[in-house]
Amino acid sequence: MSAGTKQGWGTRAVLLLPYLWLIAFFLAPFVIVLKISLSQTAIAQPPYVPVLDLAAGWQGIEDFFGRLTAEGYRLIASDPIYVLSYLKSLQVAAIATAILLVAGYPIAYGIARSPRGLQPLLVMLVVLPFWTSFLIRVYAWINILQRDGLLNDVLLALHIVRAPVSWLSSDTAIYIGVVYSYLPFMVLPLYATLEKMDESLLEAAADLGCTRTRAFWLVTLPLSLPGVAAGVLLCFIPIVGEFVIPDLLGGSQTLMIGQTLWTEFFSNRDWPVASAIAVVLLALLLVPIVIYQRLQTRQLEGLR
Amino acid sequence: MRRTSPFNIVAVALGLAFLYLPIAILVIYSFNASRLVTVWGGWSLAWYRELSHDDAMLAAASISLRVAALSASAATVLGTCAAVVLTRYGSFRGRVLFSSMVYAPLVMPEVITGLSLLLLFVAVNVDRGFWTIVVAHTTLTMCFVTVIVQARLIGFDRSLEEAAMDLGCPPLKTFLTITLPLIFPAIAAGWMLAFSLSLDDLVIASFTTGPGATTLPIRIYSEVRLGVKPEINAICTLFVAVVAAATIAASLLTKRGAVERERAAFAAHV
Repeated sequence: MSAGTKQGWGTRAVLLLPYLWLIAFFLAPFVIVLKISLSQTAIAQPPYVPVLDLAAGWQGIEDFFGRLTAEGYRLIASDPIYVLSYLKSLQVAAIATAILLVAGYPIAYGIARSPRGLQPLLVMLVVLPFWTSFLIRVYAWINILQRDGLLNDVLLALHIVRAPVSWLSSDTAIYIGVVYSYLPFMVLPLYATLEKMDESLLEAAADLGCTRTRAFWLVTLPLSLPGVAAGVLLCFIPIVGEFVIPDLLGGSQTLMIGQTLWTEFFSNRDWPVASAIAVVLLALLLVPIVIYQRLQTRQLEGLR
Repeated sequence: MRRTSPFNIVAVALGLAFLYLPIAILVIYSFNASRLVTVWGGWSLAWYRELSHDDAMLAAASISLRVAALSASAATVLGTCAAVVLTRYGSFRGRVLFSSMVYAPLVMPEVITGLSLLLLFVAVNVDRGFWTIVVAHTTLTMCFVTVIVQARLIGFDRSLEEAAMDLGCPPLKTFLTITLPLIFPAIAAGWMLAFSLSLDDLVIASFTTGPGATTLPIRIYSEVRLGVKPEINAICTLFVAVVAAATIAASLLTKRGAVERERAAFAAHV
């Protein structure tokens, strides 16, 4: 329409401003990560070689490419620490996403079936914690899960356990933290599809002699699959790279890949290996990210 | 057919209890007179008093607020432009790349975004600190603004714009007098979301920060790693109170806008 056909400078600026920003600060950085993942650590500033020397002309560029190495990747593939880290991250993300789906679906369903006037309030209540700090919400669980924390107090008082259980520094704590932090991300997309569902379909199913349970499995669930897909991807992808939750709540036995990357970068100052970890992580997540983008494009742009 | 079954009520109630109980406990214990987090020593404002003397924490809060205000404003401009492009420009060369770059940061693990931005800043040799965090947060949050504004742009009646233009109103003026007022609730919501995301971010800020630019989450994180302190409970409570008040005020002001914003805040699925 008009804005697209009339190529005034203003129209072009509206396009170029965000476009160039994203190329400079989102796309270009990935190219640099890729480049540094093929470099070697060095005691220098910046701490890697080779550095592209454009002043040396063509010879500089040739030298640069001649000295690139896959050393970082070889290290990642050969040292079980890294492989186990990736596997742990994928495992935590998969299990946590499954728990989120099972816990989030009844909540979303309950909200979608509540009186119309009440729904905006309930949706707001689910979303409100998301607006408060992520870090604070994880921190709140340390209060509860620590050895002399409230959970143990309650369990001891109810005589469920005899001695305090160390909840912190365990996988259980990671799962609790992840499910707690990501629950709104699962409930919202599910609610959005369930709320739009045409209820006359359920009436039709009932008229045809379908029980409520069967109607749920045959009608409601299949129709809510787009919401399920959105919720699953919106949780799974960021959880794989999660750093704050495992760092504050988890133990030190097997680190998740976000923590490994963090350690390589901040403690070992090994930038090439940290970059290689990031590239491999991105490669692992590429397929889910592309599927997510497809969904997003279809839903936001296909509505017209 | 529409009836509220006990199962539904229990599911929603349990879900909300799970979401709010930890925050409630945090708030209550920030008023605890005892230094031991688990022993209740009566109500007290001691930790708030102590907080008011913690200069490092207050300086960090001030840096965080300035970073958040600047990056949210930049992100709102860039994000709104991107939303207009995606909803009104039809197809153009590079559209697929553009929409990929807009949607990817929404789910991209923060460690990757943080690391890649840091390496960019090192490569172009800029001093890291306040402004590099602002740029990093702008990049992250503009995509959330885009999605919120985009949802709103799709939702409203295009015929108003078309009518104005049929009557000879130039595109820019149409945008300023018709479109902008209509999408304003979404733009305001986008700014608020960008602001709170920036205020909250630990990972990307840790990568892109430099000497003298310690943000509030970086400060809180380094304290939390040393263990639970009532003073941290106090600052967290203040944080939660501000955010809750702002969110509730905004939703009272624009009741309709609020519901849309909350849906859109989660990347507006469907």
